[in-house]
Amino acid sequence: MGVVWTIAARELRSLFLSPLAWTVLGVVQLILAYLFLAQLDSYMQFAAQLALLENAPGVTDIVVSPVIGDAAVVLLLASPLVTMRLLAEERRARTLPLLYTAPVSMTEIVAGKYLGVMGFMLVLVGLIALMPLSLLAGGSLDLGKLAAGLLGLTLVLGAFAAAGLFMSSLTAQPVVAAVSTFGLLLLVWIIDWAGASREGLGDALARLSLLRHYENLVKGIVSTADLAYYLLFILFFLGLAVRRLDAERMGG
Amino acid sequence: MIPVMEREVLLRAEGLYRWYGERCAVAGLDLELARGDVLGLLGPNGAGKTTTLHMLTGNLAPSAGRVTVAGHDLLDAPRAAKAAIGYLPEQPPLYRELTVGEYLRYCARLNGIARARVGEAVRRAMARCGLEGMERRLIGNLSKGYQQRVGIAQAIIHVPPVVILDEPTVGLDPIQIREIRELVRELGRDHAVILSTHILPEVQMVCSRVEIIHRGRIVWSAAMDALERELAAGALLVRLARPPAPEALAGIPGVEAVEPLGEGRFRLRHAAGASPAEAVAEAAVRGGWGLLELTPERRSLEQVFVELTTAEEPGARREAA
Repeated sequence: MGVVWTIAARELRSLFLSPLAWTVLGVVQLILAYLFLAQLDSYMQFAAQLALLENAPGVTDIVVSPVIGDAAVVLLLASPLVTMRLLAEERRARTLPLLYTAPVSMTEIVAGKYLGVMGFMLVLVGLIALMPLSLLAGGSLDLGKLAAGLLGLTLVLGAFAAAGLFMSSLTAQPVVAAVSTFGLLLLVWIIDWAGASREGLGDALARLSLLRHYENLVKGIVSTADLAYYLLFILFFLGLAVRRLDAERMGG
Repeated sequence: MIPVMEREVLLRAEGLYRWYGERCAVAGLDLELARGDVLGLLGPNGAGKTTTLHMLTGNLAPSAGRVTVAGHDLLDAPRAAKAAIGYLPEQPPLYRELTVGEYLRYCARLNGIARARVGEAVRRAMARCGLEGMERRLIGNLSKGYQQRVGIAQAIIHVPPVVILDEPTVGLDPIQIREIRELVRELGRDHAVILSTHILPEVQMVCSRVEIIHRGRIVWSAAMDALERELAAGALLVRLARPPAPEALAGIPGVEAVEPLGEGRFRLRHAAGASPAEAVAEAAVRGGWGLLELTPERRSLEQVFVELTTAEEPGARREAA
């Protein structure tokens, strides 16, 4: 188990030694800050009217939830850039023999890589969380709803990272990995657009969609079905990545 | 009788095969390596050297056959087997963005060295590879020679019984080459080393055994001292304008055998280190044979190599190893 952390720590360190990770952090933060401020501005405009309503939506519903919801879309674009190098870059630079010759199993390699990139994703979630938390300085928040949203964001990023890791295991070119990850994620994101008119199919596709399960969490509803969906999604792609590395050793 | 020395076999490969689709890269390769051996693996490009090394180090699964490292089967007990191997691939697996110290600490942890002993292991490996004072240098900024040393340091950091080096001296300057060779020789004292190369003098200088690999098989295998003897046991080539009967040549002291080659040419075989060249010249003058040429013939490793690897169907030939 120790070796998994070793690999994860190296991965995280290398990520932060490249300008790419810092750029992604900066750009994502900039875009989300803009959305956050725009959302906050419109809340301020209607705050007086909302105060008259009974059971009116609070600042969490109007400002925080939409920002967290949009964060997933922004990160759908950004996360393939973070995950693309995980294995593809090692294959391109021919550093994989280091891992293959060491007394380390394929599962440990994949787990280490995954945990490393998840460390980065958690930094992202932490930075994004700072924005809604700053509202605590001047008011109160529905912290439960915020926590559910952040949990959802972490799970969505976990799913993005798992898919990205698998795509990165397929190629020696990081850009190819990024493009195919993005394609895959976008497809799973919008998969419920099709079949909406057909009763059974639409329902089945909606269950597959990354977006549908996310929406629940952003609304503050934490259900086992949604959690199970993300865990299965993550394990499925990590399993594929392990299989892929094993097959590479067999097939050459 | 000299008592047979106990050979501690550290690496054994039996009947290794590797197919890439229809193409057979390695065909039934056997290999045995004991402590103290420095095995030179020679072969032309595409002979299957790198494929073989990849299979020995667990980077590639063999299509058939088995590999045992320090008594552990590479397939059944990969963890124990791999812990006993250090490998420097043709291209050193370096992370350019890390410093030498960070990188070696990572390699040490990867190879299961306990956290408390990592510093000690890194210091020792760096000292052995002449990397003192380079700990804080960025690998990407090092010269090729130093990168190569970091690659070797990575391979020996966990003091594995078996060290496998794939062309460790490529692209180095002559001084660095000498240092690396010295290091390999030193490693051979308490490890078992495989050195893949196509630089023939390097093998003669460093290795205790040579195996030539061609078209995926071992076509030649010999201990270095046996090889030296064979190479030294020489012959003279003479060309005479008026050649006498071969018996006259055979009568010259020191000549053991005479092979007529036609057109006044003869090959005179003699014992190692006792060239009868002077006697032949004197006899030729005395007999009025008209000596035109007198050259010592020396078979070099290169000749053996070229003969074996350019032959259409190389017959497998094994000698005392």
